[in-house]
Amino acid sequence: MELLDNLALGFSTAFLVQNVLYCFVGVLLGTAVGVLPGIGPTATVAMLLPITFSFEPVTALIMLAGIYYGAQYGGSTTAILINLPGESSAAVTALDGHAMARQGRAGPALAAAAIGSFIAGTVATVVLAVAAPPLADIALKFGPAEYFSLVLLGLIVSIALARGSALKALAMIALGIMFGTVGQDIYTGTPRFVFDQRELYGGIDFVSVAVGMFGVAEILRNLENEHTRTATVGKVKNLWPTAEDRRRIVGPILRGTGLGAALGVLPGGGHVLASFTSYAVEKRISKRKQEFGRGAIEGVAGPESANNAAAQTSFIPLLTLGLPAHPVMALMIGAFIVHGITPGPNVITDEPALFWGLIASMWIGNVLLVLLNLPLIGMWVRMLRIPYAVLFPMIILFAAIGTYSLSFNAFDVYAIAFFGLLGYILIKCGCEPAPLLLGFVLGPLLEENLRRALIISRGDATVFLTRPISASLLVVAVVALVIAVLPAISKRREEVFTEDDA
Amino acid sequence: MRTTSRRRAATLAAIGVLSLIAACSDGGGGGASGGDAGSAYPDQNITFIVPFSAGGPTDTVTRMLADPMAKQLKGKIVVQNVEGAGGTVGAGEVARAEPDGYTVLMHHIGMSTAPALYADLGYKPLEDFEMVGLVTEVPMTIVARKDFPPATMQELVSYVKDNAGKVTLANAGIGAASHLCGLLFQNAVGVKLQEVPYEGTGPALTDLVGGQVDFMCDQTTNTSGQITAGKVKAYAVTTPERVKSLPDLPTTAESGLSNLQVGVWHGLYVPKGTPPEVVQKLTEALKVALADQAVIDQMAKLGAAPVAADQATPEAHRAKLEEQLATWAKVIADAGVKAG
Repeated sequence: MELLDNLALGFSTAFLVQNVLYCFVGVLLGTAVGVLPGIGPTATVAMLLPITFSFEPVTALIMLAGIYYGAQYGGSTTAILINLPGESSAAVTALDGHAMARQGRAGPALAAAAIGSFIAGTVATVVLAVAAPPLADIALKFGPAEYFSLVLLGLIVSIALARGSALKALAMIALGIMFGTVGQDIYTGTPRFVFDQRELYGGIDFVSVAVGMFGVAEILRNLENEHTRTATVGKVKNLWPTAEDRRRIVGPILRGTGLGAALGVLPGGGHVLASFTSYAVEKRISKRKQEFGRGAIEGVAGPESANNAAAQTSFIPLLTLGLPAHPVMALMIGAFIVHGITPGPNVITDEPALFWGLIASMWIGNVLLVLLNLPLIGMWVRMLRIPYAVLFPMIILFAAIGTYSLSFNAFDVYAIAFFGLLGYILIKCGCEPAPLLLGFVLGPLLEENLRRALIISRGDATVFLTRPISASLLVVAVVALVIAVLPAISKRREEVFTEDDA
Repeated sequence: MRTTSRRRAATLAAIGVLSLIAACSDGGGGGASGGDAGSAYPDQNITFIVPFSAGGPTDTVTRMLADPMAKQLKGKIVVQNVEGAGGTVGAGEVARAEPDGYTVLMHHIGMSTAPALYADLGYKPLEDFEMVGLVTEVPMTIVARKDFPPATMQELVSYVKDNAGKVTLANAGIGAASHLCGLLFQNAVGVKLQEVPYEGTGPALTDLVGGQVDFMCDQTTNTSGQITAGKVKAYAVTTPERVKSLPDLPTTAESGLSNLQVGVWHGLYVPKGTPPEVVQKLTEALKVALADQAVIDQMAKLGAAPVAADQATPEAHRAKLEEQLATWAKVIADAGVKAG
């Protein structure tokens, strides 16, 4: 019953008035920065770090963690309403979420995202409490070779499913991978495709690509003529999911939660794969494959759950090993240090109230997020009634401000315009932006880990087959490929990343 | 694209909160008014440019100092992260900024390595900036995966000489402190090892703890938690004296590698042509901030300490930069490293 004692300690800490209050402040701020396109949690956490110096350490960490998972939560709102994803995970939500919004079903889409996130958050909190240390040990077994095989599997699962226009989808993935190579090569320092622009040394920012390809391209398409305009919706069918909707989202939420919780533990980019993989799986097993990309509620519920579960379990390497999975976690390490706690494997034993209090607060934070977001759905949906002459300039304005604030770099704003135009041209050619984004996100991970694995093995490529985890992942990848190639199955043509034809 | 949210920066909301913090924290706020250029300074917000990502060690040090310096200057300081190309994007921006003291650069050891690493830098560290003063120097540690055979620094040296073709040396990317320290190590020992670059310290340390790579050299900020928990093996600290947080760890000099001395030093810069009385005000504010007990305590938690008062001056800063530029020009040229 040690677990119950620990949880009791955690909840007694997390339920202190100031901790609940700052948990609320954290998730509220997180939701706000998540909703604004292009604006993210890293800087918010960085800027709020100094005011937490005077807090109790556990209070400070509860608030900072709240900003992080609150932002994951808020990011889906803009993706669904106006097709502006601010994170790679939200790009997946935008596919079916925005299609639902265009059909007047923004309410159910937002509700599915909120409910899925809550369930995922709750389950992931339990996973954290029960199995954090053993999971962290498994995560450490993932070296460059394993990550390469994992990312390859992720890409193949997606390609294998994108059968309807496989050639175009492949071309888009390849183009995305190429955009991903822009910038300084981390192994040799060689600048690639930077055209002597120092601003491009750090690569193209994901937000510029996503905001351009999705949001701006969508606006351009809408401006063509009155008849094809779909961004604003006059009629809202219903605010809440119907009984049918509720039945349809149960499976995706549970599967997404499982996938996300597992992938989130891997510090080397597992959380990036969570929502993409969940979408591919849902589409694969759905009986209504044709609806995917055209407003399937499963395509919102699954990836959103996966994303939120991964956001939560990505705290496992941080809390049990003191190793950050991404920039926000690196900031949290800074917060530990400033509060005189040495981040590392000793935190659980040395600071049990902090460890368990933080975990308990995540569940409280998830409850607060649902209470905060469900009543807001009605308000968000009304936003779609804003006339396009007002809405479109506002979207462009917010996208430009948000993107500029990434690093005060005008280049990122030019990039939105560039990718907006490119996205429009691609839509006209019948190509979809989603596979491009997938290539853009996963390409650099694939290259980085491939080269690192080969550097460490001194060029011996068998390393991918001699390491058991890597070999198993590659076997699964081959199976996925074979299934896709089998003619009997290929008759059921399916498209993982299809959007409405332009 | 490197990582999806790597270059996340200021949000409107957060800027609002930040100004709120600034407003709350400097009770005596509000700019002084009247008088000529020098004595009126500052009568508007001062921007501190950090050429690295929010939340990194340099950013943390800057935000620590911003508050007490603003109080002393009776003005407001806004911290802005202008990242890219090993800090050269932010530095270049400050080099070209109006020399009025309202744009200030916080940069680390990278200021002295950039001319050797980058062919076409667009600015000259000694000629395009005025130095305000040195800030701190963060010690580095040599650490290895916990089942790496050598037990001491001496054993490590002979082990890497005997197994030069097998050993892997991790670092956090071209031009990172861990990369520079690794170059110095190879120089000092006289071997050429297989380097394994990572995208930042976090992933490098993760693979070290996971046993995927053999050893690396990194700042105490990042390594001391893993060292005390026994998740990595530590050999030495690269400063002349032992560090307080790791009293059992010998120095490189004690271990017989006296030519392996490196620390991540930080300094404040303003564009060339900034009025001397403005630079002087900034230097004074820096000295006061570095003597602030809260700053000392926070730096101690990072395993660092403010520099001595006589180092927080333009003269000492210039001397340090000149010496470091010469050192790194040779080390980097010998290693044949180029960043573009």
